[in-house]
Amino acid sequence: MTASEYRVLPGPEGYLPPAAACMGVMLPEPGEALVEGKIVPEEDALQKIAEKLLAARNPVFFPGPLVLWAWREGVAEKAKAVVELVEAAGARIIPMPDYRPKYPMINPAVEINPNHPNLTIWHNRIDVGVFVGVHCHYANVALKIIRGGTDCYTIALCGEMGHEDAMITLRDVDAAKLRRLTEVVKTRAQARPARAAGAHERR
Amino acid sequence: MSESLFRISPGFEEVMPVEYRELVTNGPCGREVGVSDLGTFKELIEEHPLCAGCNMGLALRLILASLPKPEDTVIVGSTGCSSLAFTQVAVHNIHSLFGNQNAVASGLKRALRLRFPDKVKDVVVIAGDGATVDIGLDMVMQSWFRRERITTIMLDNEVYANTGGQESGMSPQGTVLNMAPLGKRFPKVALPEIAREAGCAYVATISPAQPKRLERMVRRAILTAREVGPTYVQIFCPCPTNFKFRPNEGLQKIKQRQKEGTFQVREYVSPEAQAFLAELEGADHEK
Ligand SMILES: Cc1ncc(C[n+]2csc(CCOP(=O)(O)OP(=O)(O)O)c2C)c(N)n1
Ligand code: SF4
Ligand SMILES: [Mg+2]
Repeated sequence: MTASEYRVLPGPEGYLPPAAACMGVMLPEPGEALVEGKIVPEEDALQKIAEKLLAARNPVFFPGPLVLWAWREGVAEKAKAVVELVEAAGARIIPMPDYRPKYPMINPAVEINPNHPNLTIWHNRIDVGVFVGVHCHYANVALKIIRGGTDCYTIALCGEMGHEDAMITLRDVDAAKLRRLTEVVKTRAQARPARAAGAHERR
Repeated sequence: MSESLFRISPGFEEVMPVEYRELVTNGPCGREVGVSDLGTFKELIEEHPLCAGCNMGLALRLILASLPKPEDTVIVGSTGCSSLAFTQVAVHNIHSLFGNQNAVASGLKRALRLRFPDKVKDVVVIAGDGATVDIGLDMVMQSWFRRERITTIMLDNEVYANTGGQESGMSPQGTVLNMAPLGKRFPKVALPEIAREAGCAYVATISPAQPKRLERMVRRAILTAREVGPTYVQIFCPCPTNFKFRPNEGLQKIKQRQKEGTFQVREYVSPEAQAFLAELEGADHEK
């Protein structure tokens, strides 16, 4: 299998960006991750995510229904790990509580919707967006729309096999992996005191 | 809403939009609330983009407040004005291809029975008259012939409203519309009678002008579909935009049609459904 030449980079890429999979981007194997369309060892991706989060002007996490709602055992633990990561990164949370294609409008100040995620990104001027706990099919739709219409850098912390339409994706993300990422973020933040948690510009 | 049914993960309570928090703390799921309690609980629909004075919007609000178990209900809709409102409805709903709604609902009901053998899942079709009596009539009637345990609710505005005003099978004879300038040449289809003959155990016609009766009929239809067989409710909801009356004249229009005898509130209950409902409602009465 030849590696894809296609790079999954921030947009705006145009009205209908191709699905990265159609451009030959393959999902990572266990222990690997994708960074901008290239397969890398997972550890490298953790470092890259921390770097992007800490350098961001307005990093925002978009937790989806799988983690927002305590619908089965284990979710509360994962939710706690997400909140800790958000705090370590000095980021904000804007939830995606469900996937209703709310029409004519959502309130982009307080929610993100997979059918028009660009509205929330534009409204809040988000430069790094992190998906976690969003079902695969809606994550892929939303990530493609974001790449198509905004310049937001997207990161997907996927509990399954990863999302090739995000700029960085981890796979098999559980509470333990989230805690590992939080450690990486904290370590890097300490090395760069000026960008420590909570130091981001807020508007 | 019973917080044992829906819980926000700890740490996310504060960032959850207020409408979701209210659905958890004050929604209708897991509680005995209905049409008479409107205004005291968080409704399953509060905003929608339908026209001012749309009686379909009102009917939808009443139907949603009447669902016996919204947390275990899946609604199957179809294209038309109502589909624009369904994007805001806080109940699982599927938008099916125009006309396919009863076929989709049949498959869904069977799949849910296999997936959740210990639970009753109510599958309720809510679609326009065009979707139900014209383009989807094949699927509607076949589902009745097969005795699928689903409820079909028609939002009868007597027109293809969403596409700008074509006559439907439910438009009364003589109806003149934007795209039926010569007037309809055939009478309104007698779908309630057809439903009865096709095997529906419960059939009713109603309008949002009588909210309590509408609630009772919707509940009876859904409960009967659980145990006895297919059910059909036809809700007359005249459309101010296509029939060119003022938004505040809807209920007046319904009453006028009732007076003329061209709209009647009716209920047919099969003997089996009668026995079932007598037992159920008797038990409720004793509570
Ligand atoms: C397969 C298919 N055929 C036709 C249409 C066009 N179409 C959209 S809405 C509509 C009319 C709907 O009429 P009705 O079911 O009465 O609903 P209303 O808009 O009146 O509520 C039609 C024909 C479509 N969307 N899909
Ligand atoms: S066109 Fe008629 S049925 Fe459709 S939303 Fe407007 S008033 Fe309601
Ligand atoms: Mg209609």
